[in-house]
Amino acid sequence: MGINLSLTVNGRAVSADVDPRTLLVQFLRDHLRLTGTHVGCDTGQCGACTVHLNDRAVKSCNLLALQAQGASVTTIEGIGEPGKLHPMQEAFRAHHGLQCGFCTPGIVMNALELARKHPNPSEDTVRAELDGNLCRCTGYHNIVKAIVAGAAAMKR
Amino acid sequence: MNAPIIGQPIQRKEDVRFLTGGGTFTDDVNVHGQTHAYFLRSPHAHARIRSIDRAQAATAPGVLAIFTGDDLAEAKVNGLPCGWLITDVNGQPMKEPPHPVLAQGKVRYVGDHVAVVIAETLNQAKDAAELIDVDYEILSAVVRAGDARKPGAPVVHDTAPDNTCFVWTIGDKAAVDRAFSGAHHVTTLEFINNRLIPNAIEPRAAVAQYAASEDAYTLHVTSQNPHVERLLMTAFVLGLPEHKVRVISPDVGGGFGSKIYLYAEETVITWASKQVKRPIKWTAERTESFLSDAHGRDHVTRAELALDKDGKFLALRVATTANMGAYLSTFASCIPTILYATLLAGQYTTPAIHCEVIAVFTNTAPVDAYRGAGRPEATYVVERLVDTAARETGIDRAEIRRRNFITTFPYQTPVALNYDTGNYEATLAEALQLAGVAGFEARRKEAERRGMLRGLGYSTYIEACGIAPSNIAGALGARAGLFEAGEIRVHPTGSVTVFTGSHSHGQGHETTFAQVVAGRLGIPVENVDVVHGDTGRILFGMGTYGSRSIAVGGTAIMKALDKVIAKGKKIAAHLLKAQESEVEFIDGEFWVTGTDRCKTFTEVALAAYVPHNYPLDKLEPGLNESAFYDPTNFTFPAGSHICEVEIDPATGTTRVVSFTAVDDFGKVINPMIVEGQVHGGLAQGIGQALLEGCIYDPESGQLLTATLMDYALPRADDLPAFKVGMKATPCTHNPLGVKGCGEAGAIGAPAAVINAVVDALAHLGVRDVEMPATPERVWRAIQSAKTAKKAA
Repeated sequence: MGINLSLTVNGRAVSADVDPRTLLVQFLRDHLRLTGTHVGCDTGQCGACTVHLNDRAVKSCNLLALQAQGASVTTIEGIGEPGKLHPMQEAFRAHHGLQCGFCTPGIVMNALELARKHPNPSEDTVRAELDGNLCRCTGYHNIVKAIVAGAAAMKR
Repeated sequence: MNAPIIGQPIQRKEDVRFLTGGGTFTDDVNVHGQTHAYFLRSPHAHARIRSIDRAQAATAPGVLAIFTGDDLAEAKVNGLPCGWLITDVNGQPMKEPPHPVLAQGKVRYVGDHVAVVIAETLNQAKDAAELIDVDYEILSAVVRAGDARKPGAPVVHDTAPDNTCFVWTIGDKAAVDRAFSGAHHVTTLEFINNRLIPNAIEPRAAVAQYAASEDAYTLHVTSQNPHVERLLMTAFVLGLPEHKVRVISPDVGGGFGSKIYLYAEETVITWASKQVKRPIKWTAERTESFLSDAHGRDHVTRAELALDKDGKFLALRVATTANMGAYLSTFASCIPTILYATLLAGQYTTPAIHCEVIAVFTNTAPVDAYRGAGRPEATYVVERLVDTAARETGIDRAEIRRRNFITTFPYQTPVALNYDTGNYEATLAEALQLAGVAGFEARRKEAERRGMLRGLGYSTYIEACGIAPSNIAGALGARAGLFEAGEIRVHPTGSVTVFTGSHSHGQGHETTFAQVVAGRLGIPVENVDVVHGDTGRILFGMGTYGSRSIAVGGTAIMKALDKVIAKGKKIAAHLLKAQESEVEFIDGEFWVTGTDRCKTFTEVALAAYVPHNYPLDKLEPGLNESAFYDPTNFTFPAGSHICEVEIDPATGTTRVVSFTAVDDFGKVINPMIVEGQVHGGLAQGIGQALLEGCIYDPESGQLLTATLMDYALPRADDLPAFKVGMKATPCTHNPLGVKGCGEAGAIGAPAAVINAVVDALAHLGVRDVEMPATPERVWRAIQSAKTAKKAA
């Protein structure tokens, strides 16, 4: 009943037999134990499950794992680590862009794509581009500041 | 001398793990051999359960067990308790109908728990649940607070035939009536405080394990107060010995009140983990969160303010019907009473206040505390009245507030509270300046030229935080003291682990509390770690709600620190061959007064654990102290919020163009974190005012706003950048001088926003717009005002 799935996750080749109805987020969380990617709504509105699929930000709760066949997936665990944070992660810390931390990985993954598309984003651009992510803690004020600063830092 | 730590915007200790995917949320916890639970929920708002046939489901692949309310009744599992007793005006206790963890005989709201399926995989549990055949006799439902007591309304509980949980009053009715009869002007408003669904982004979840060899349980659960959860579950529902149950609330992804309560799901799976002899995991889907997390607000209110000819407030008369939902949630009854009516004095000297609260049962999800909990509703009543009265009497809105501000403290209100300190004129003056109110008329004219309507709204709010002084709370009906516990464990090399009964689910306690400890002991903040959320490691705790963590939990830590320092002085005196009374603790060092002899904190810590020659009759080894702290009063944060909106009259769309909040939280430990708390509260307050509204269909009782497509949580482009300022009058009755900041934004903002919306439309003849002020509501308000003007 399982179908073989082979892909690259955070630069590492991964292969497994999966039930065809397995979602990408379930594969990442349950099979690979990459629990930094979160499920906040299971209907594609909250964005907590955002990862990169072939360098595009996607909602991993809205994709079957098998749709990632042969692809390259990057999760929050793949962009920086304690002691060696990515400039965008650093910016979130410096600007207090997170509180409970649950939506944070998805927002950081979206912010990375945002910064690639808009290397000098205005606050309005950041607010508009964040429409796929929900945060209930911060009121977005510091997230917006963090992304503007993070985008600037990424150019250095 | 070390640089000051308290008051600094230190970056958060918890951030690195959250930013790298290293957090441990409940759904991230996986236990060997774990099974999965799925709850079959009622599709009906009100129905009798004739029968439940689970024969087919029980044999479905992977199913271990199916339990219903009958199974739990047979096992003598009790219902979920309510922690606050309100006494009715007739002297009788409030009606407390049983709240079974799985429905017994009847379902009373859409989403009510009918059965639980436990299976090897979640998909198998879901598939099997579809095979359960429940025969329902559908009954008519009542969902609106205003309909619950109408003659002939469907009866939710037989024990409350008029759907009334209690009728409760506060204040001097005769004095209020007298004041109204002599009033120069009376302003009256009727409004609904809209029902909200909390929607923490992390859905509720639980993992329960039973270890037969120890006869002990471990429960991981998304809780704001794991010790309370354990106490209620063991002592009141499952009848288990408390020491055999460990409750762990690991990283929790937002709470906002919704994770305070003991819920059916974690209770059922804890019980069931012993029955199936396997660990069980349950995680809510978002729609389950909408259906079964405790909701907030939902008041129907009529309010009148009496004024004299100078605009001085003479009296306030309020009548509120509060929707409790189908069952009493853990703290439901204290929200529309103790945390609402007692706040109706606001920042004003109104000498006579009377409030009647009628709490009703309906066929809706239970309602309980949601960020602010009673205080946003009170602020909305007072501040909408004040702005409206200003307009009706022609007095400037800032001026009418100034004329009525309380200016001398302590101040005893006519509704039980005693404010210890505050400076309301100072926060208002600062807010007026920060918001650029002087330039508003020019901005209004400029907007007019673009065909837009611009409005300005004020809200000068007060809240009572740090619940609670246990003796006052007890007198008001609390069935438990509401103190807090803290423990300071100094390790031999001088680093410190803090164990706190408070729980952090975004508030940043790991940083703020570490600052408190580092500041007091004069050690680097890096040397202090904070542990919370585990009944196995922390002696006790009442948890986090009502903006109480720093004022109550922080003070418990301060008390424990005092004991650490006192013990340290004894050790230092011994080491330095001095009298204990000669030793002073200054900036992390123990000095013999007037000498050059001293021991550092680290030296004393080491000496505490490697004593060779202690006078053992006078001095025990070790340096580990704990304290319980019960405050003598609430704290009273207050502030001024000013909202500026722009409305497109063609579409009714309202945009918040500017929002200013100047708050008095007393002394601030970490301003960066406090500002973040304000931002988040404002977003929820603006959400209530403009976007969020829970809607049950009045006929069927179906929840129409059960997904994030149907219920509008604020997104980034719905909100402005916030202007935040602070003024401090330190709290007088705790050593840190702190008041609490978590709820202020959600309390002050709704009235400020609606006051601004009404200000923008007042010239058209609009007097009120119901929350949420959606484009449709605003557009209709404009149209009906225009029609009324034409007719006049």
